[in-house]
Amino acid sequence: MVDEAFREPLLRWIPLLPLAVALLHGISLGVLRRPWARGAVIAVSCGAPLLSLLAAGISFAHLVALPDEGNLLLDVVYTWIGAGLGDASFSADFAFQLDALSAVMTLLVTSVGLAVHVYAIDYMDHDERDDRGFQRFFCHLNLTMGAMLLLVLADNLLLMLAGWQLVGLGAYLLIGFWYRDATHAYAGSKAFIVHRVGDFGLLVAVLMLFWALSDVGAPTMAFRGMEAAFGELATRTFAAPDGSAEILLVDVIGLCLVLAACAKSAQLPLHIWLPDETASPTPASALIQTATSAAAGVYLLCRLSFLFAAAPLASTTLAWVGCCTALFAAVAAAGQRDLKGVLAYSTMSQLGLAFLAVGCGAYTAAIFHVVAHAFVKCALFFGAGTVIQSLQGERDMRRMGALRKRLPKTRFLVLTGGVLVLAGLPGSAGFFSYDEILLAAYRSSLPGREALDWMATATAVFTAFYILRCYFLVFEGDSHVEREVRAHMHEPSNLVLGPLYAMVLLAVFASLLGFPEFWGDRIGIEDSNSLANFLAPVLSNAPAGKLSERTEWAVIASGASGFMVGGLAAWWLYLRNPKLRARVSGSVATLLGLVRSGYGADEIYDRALVRPLLGVSDRVLHRGAEQGLIDGLAVNGLARAIWLLAQNSLRHFQSGMTQGYLVVTIGGVLCILLYLVR
Amino acid sequence: MVPIEHIVGLSALLFTIGVVGALVRRSLLAMLISIQLMLNAAGLAFVGFNRIWQGSEHGQAIDGQVFTVIVISVGAAQIAVGLAMVLALVRNRDSMNVEDMSVLKW
Repeated sequence: MVDEAFREPLLRWIPLLPLAVALLHGISLGVLRRPWARGAVIAVSCGAPLLSLLAAGISFAHLVALPDEGNLLLDVVYTWIGAGLGDASFSADFAFQLDALSAVMTLLVTSVGLAVHVYAIDYMDHDERDDRGFQRFFCHLNLTMGAMLLLVLADNLLLMLAGWQLVGLGAYLLIGFWYRDATHAYAGSKAFIVHRVGDFGLLVAVLMLFWALSDVGAPTMAFRGMEAAFGELATRTFAAPDGSAEILLVDVIGLCLVLAACAKSAQLPLHIWLPDETASPTPASALIQTATSAAAGVYLLCRLSFLFAAAPLASTTLAWVGCCTALFAAVAAAGQRDLKGVLAYSTMSQLGLAFLAVGCGAYTAAIFHVVAHAFVKCALFFGAGTVIQSLQGERDMRRMGALRKRLPKTRFLVLTGGVLVLAGLPGSAGFFSYDEILLAAYRSSLPGREALDWMATATAVFTAFYILRCYFLVFEGDSHVEREVRAHMHEPSNLVLGPLYAMVLLAVFASLLGFPEFWGDRIGIEDSNSLANFLAPVLSNAPAGKLSERTEWAVIASGASGFMVGGLAAWWLYLRNPKLRARVSGSVATLLGLVRSGYGADEIYDRALVRPLLGVSDRVLHRGAEQGLIDGLAVNGLARAIWLLAQNSLRHFQSGMTQGYLVVTIGGVLCILLYLVR
Repeated sequence: MVPIEHIVGLSALLFTIGVVGALVRRSLLAMLISIQLMLNAAGLAFVGFNRIWQGSEHGQAIDGQVFTVIVISVGAAQIAVGLAMVLALVRNRDSMNVEDMSVLKW
């Protein structure tokens, strides 16, 4: 077993505290039906993330203090599943592990989670749609956060699968929070169903991986064991169904994992739940789209990076899926009118870039991107929530504008910590992480690498364009806010600004964490890009071939020019020359409508899947199988057959003559006796 | 000592008389009596077979006799219920003929 020095009994409390609090809330609401007082809800619900964050911080300090050979802390609670004996034995522990990767993610989830909890105090206070909503919302928040921590800290794939499914449940509960409104309930169900598709992919991958590992004599689900036994597995192949080619086993497993990650992180073609996610309360969006669901997909891929490093086909698929999503979603975000819609498509686009990084084998870059994006997007969501609240629920950006006069602090924070970083202002975390990803794309030898480069560059342009467009429409320009609403607008309380400040600071801090070596060497900073150096030992990064200085400069130039071009275009069209914009958008109205609706993805799904499925369910399964076969033939048909038989012949045996019955009885007894005696 | 064959033969004869009586007689009372006859035939067989054990290592066994007591109790219980039913029928329908009791036929 594990050495005593590497035990860390604090680890279990990080996920279990929020989960326990969620359970307490559930008992008070669902079983006892006695909601707590507001103060108690706040104290307990925000206390759990705070303690989790503290525990994560202490564990992180212990992890860093470890000697080099032990880069892992472990907390085994008990043996969860145990089976078999000797060499063939299998056991999965209810255990948590903290290595560099899960440490980074744990700190991310706990810090963002705490900020979201604090932000939600004020936000949900104004909610009068549901009298018990306040506590219910905090229950769901705690559950989602605890589930994500379970996923991140799990020591084996099975426990991770449990967390994975709970995260999907949390997304469903949070998105469908205002379930009395049919559209919200629908959005929640949609998210849940799409997440289930991903769960299917992960389950198949887990089963195949376990089967393959037992085949090479290492039946284990623990990540450490898997990585150790993986070498033998990496080159296994099997024949394609038509026998024409040999398929790598890890490629098949990898593709199943890609499916799982696509559903969680909202990548094409399973992105359809994210645009509808805007229906949820803003704190929930902030949690789901930054630290939980959205990050879970990328975390899964990086956790199993050793597998993807050996699976070329799966990696290529990942890169292409990510790159296509990044570009398509960035374009779609540029066409949105809904403020939260822009942010949702932006999440998709940014995670697409992270997928591209994973596909190129730059796992540290992917994690850095996810971390930076989480802080930035959380700040943006907090800002968006504040704006929407001060406009009394208005989300259409055409009825905003010039808010900088009324909300100067919010505007400053959103601009510095959110808009400019996401747009990729040179020197910010967004710029550095985008750079890393583009460099990884240059280094990789994927099929169609040129196209990937161009698409990534175009994404940078559109990213700067849509987020600055969004900023100009909301905070600058002329005010389109109704006079009555404008009179009531005011800066939010410190309870709202506090989390926003924290996220902005973290977003700025992230740029220091990922400060590239290229610049660090020039300026003379020791240990630049510390996040990547910290993560590198646990991730199977592709070998970083040294690029020529010219390429590096080219990449930096393309990132910077993307920011300039997109930003200038947004400025020109939305502030400087709105008439030109009206003319342009008028001439491509159809195209804009298509982009605004997310390329009609919902419509395509409706035509291709939902309606045929409903048709089959209704005509074949309901009317045919259920009503026709089961009800009609099996149940009613059997009853009718017996009735007919009895009516026409069997009833005559019921003669009413007692002694006739007696004769039959005695005859029967005699027959039995004869049979027994024979 | 009476040989076992005689006892079993008498028991079988009594049982057959009971069966035939229950099947043939139309009077409810006669049917009840026939059923008692069958029960007693069974009791007789029990006692008879119990005698075989005497002289063997189970010499003290009285299982058959115990069963006979049980059979007699069952018969008593049955005749108590049966007679009550017959009495009720006679009062209501003024007849003891079993062929008159066919209300529940199809």
